[in-house]
Amino acid sequence: MPKRVIYQASIEYLQILDEEGNLDVPLAEGTLSDDQVRHLYQQMVIYRHFDDTAFKLQRSGRMGTFPQNKGQEAVAVASAAALTRGVDYVVPFYRDNAMLFEMGLPMHQVLLHWMGDERGNEVPKNLSLSMSNLMIGAQVLHGPGIAWAFKLRKEPRVVLTTFGDGATSEGDFHAGMNFAAVFKVPCVFTCYNNQYAISVPRSRQTASETFAQKALAYGIPTIQVDGNDIFAVYKSHKDAVERARGGGGPSFIEAVTYRLTDHTTADDARRYRPEGELEEALKREPLVRTRKYLEKKKLWDAPQQAALEERAKKLIREVVDTAINIETPQTSDLFDYVYQSLPPHLRVQRETLRTDSIGQNPSQIGLQVPKEPDGAELGRERLAHS
Amino acid sequence: MPKLDLVEAINLALTQEMERDERVIVLGEDVGLNGGVFRVTAGLYKRFGDDRCIDTPLSEQGIAGVSVGLAMGGMRPVAEIQFDGFLGPAYDQLTNQAARCRSRTRGSLSCPMTVRVPVGGGIHAPELHSTSPEAHYVHTPGLKVVMPSRPYDAKGLLISAIRDPDPVIFFEPKRVYRSFKEEVPEEEYTIPFGKANVLAEGTDITVITFGASVFQCLEAIDLLPESMSVELIDLRSLSPLDEQTITESVRKTGRAVVVHEAPKLAGLASEISSIIQENCFLYLQAPVQRVTAYDVVMPYYKLELEYLPNAERISAAIRDCLAY
Repeated sequence: MPKRVIYQASIEYLQILDEEGNLDVPLAEGTLSDDQVRHLYQQMVIYRHFDDTAFKLQRSGRMGTFPQNKGQEAVAVASAAALTRGVDYVVPFYRDNAMLFEMGLPMHQVLLHWMGDERGNEVPKNLSLSMSNLMIGAQVLHGPGIAWAFKLRKEPRVVLTTFGDGATSEGDFHAGMNFAAVFKVPCVFTCYNNQYAISVPRSRQTASETFAQKALAYGIPTIQVDGNDIFAVYKSHKDAVERARGGGGPSFIEAVTYRLTDHTTADDARRYRPEGELEEALKREPLVRTRKYLEKKKLWDAPQQAALEERAKKLIREVVDTAINIETPQTSDLFDYVYQSLPPHLRVQRETLRTDSIGQNPSQIGLQVPKEPDGAELGRERLAHS
Repeated sequence: MPKLDLVEAINLALTQEMERDERVIVLGEDVGLNGGVFRVTAGLYKRFGDDRCIDTPLSEQGIAGVSVGLAMGGMRPVAEIQFDGFLGPAYDQLTNQAARCRSRTRGSLSCPMTVRVPVGGGIHAPELHSTSPEAHYVHTPGLKVVMPSRPYDAKGLLISAIRDPDPVIFFEPKRVYRSFKEEVPEEEYTIPFGKANVLAEGTDITVITFGASVFQCLEAIDLLPESMSVELIDLRSLSPLDEQTITESVRKTGRAVVVHEAPKLAGLASEISSIIQENCFLYLQAPVQRVTAYDVVMPYYKLELEYLPNAERISAAIRDCLAY
């Protein structure tokens, strides 16, 4: 009996706006309006400014390690543009600042996070997002779980889960994709293929020609797009979100982009980045091409650019001030959020601020437990979703 | 009042909680049509359907991680990890994700999930089907850990676990699953975490244990002369621990033996011994003794009864401690 082909597949690549700012008009139809493009461009400029400022904060000793997002802004702003605010939910990876901002997170919170302050992670009421995850790939399982909860409750909500190319090597990636597909949950997986996981290049993460094709193995519709092209990112996400909302299950989008910076402020990419690569990548980066497009269409000019940069500078200055001037957290904060209510051993540690015991009343040690602090004392009235 | 074994009591708690709260769903490997390899989830699939009693792909990290998402998304997942040794792949999601969720978001997100795990040895199971990993999870702030030894406690503690706003690891001593029945009320009831059960009152020595070791301790006490008055404490809840009951008892008896199936080095018995010496230093008549598994790899089952603490080893420790 002759062998038969029982499965065949191909991977589509989508680019709508090229490096020179030329738009494929038929492909762009029904995607972003002029106003939207102008808006997304301005957001990207503001986030780029945030990124540069955060870098300087670290270098001047006012903030700890920070992972810059420079060069990847288009994936975040254009995919978020395909979501419905207040309905859809985002589960981001740690570098995805622009995504958090687009979903409404006050910008100073990201600075607080990297200043070593958990208040940066407090999700404001009514925002649908989980806070960026530092365990590579772990959130690729949380996204499907949250999406599954929406599906079980028959809520027409979609989850967008983001991660880098390195995360595709983790077991959580495999399990997350597999669960999402088997249970057909409304989850969109967006892989920021920025070519590096710290120093390890994409060729050491996979021998596949694309990351997009990995999704085929799970039975998930998939596409590779130019991640520096807001039109392609928007269109692919719009399609994926519609599919998910309509009950069609998960989708996978590989957004090809480039990390224009070191991995973090603790890294030096000159040690491993081939000569000339960064210069080539700068020609393809998203801000320049979006601006070129806008200027060609007479939707943007130099005075507008100058005004935007002034506005961004002022805004980020305020964001930095808010983060820097926040009061120091209280020592009792260490204890107050571990569990919803404090178990006895934490009440003792919170009250005595000691783990040794000789200083305690010898007749009472282990027998008398401090009363549980009330909600106000625990700062519970500040909680968003208690 | 019906008499139920441990499996039936847990099944009853699951059934009642699923009836009461539609956010409660059960997921894991073989929990659906098959009713679980120990039949703990028997009947749930038929009664509640595939949306609420869910057979998952064979992935412990997947079950744990998706449960974190389900819980963040407003459900009350009750995940089954089929055997103790299979917790390994789920460890990251449980300790780095579920346990930290509330703390790292200052309470704005939380992870109300229960992970049920058959635990411990004594049933002649294959490799990695008989381990006692509870200390790993007790050592993780943000998690709660319980291990009932009997049907009545199992039902009340499981209902508490499912209703708890924080993640709970619920260990089920598989050696006890079908070993005996006792009266378990039909109606719902909860047993609070952090409350030990004094199974026998005594004045000469305190024996502190949990899980299946409770029954080895009872056997050990039977081997002792009637004149030795032993107080037996079943901790039930490992995190939080009932420090008060331990302290009160040892201040009364002045002697303590701690027993568990896990290895000795940095096991729960070490923590309990420290609590006793901190809280009862001037009351102690003898060094606190630990009777545990040896600090070796859990063996294949031909030697498992030599590895686990048994009535002879426990009664010898009690005698020696009393004679000190």
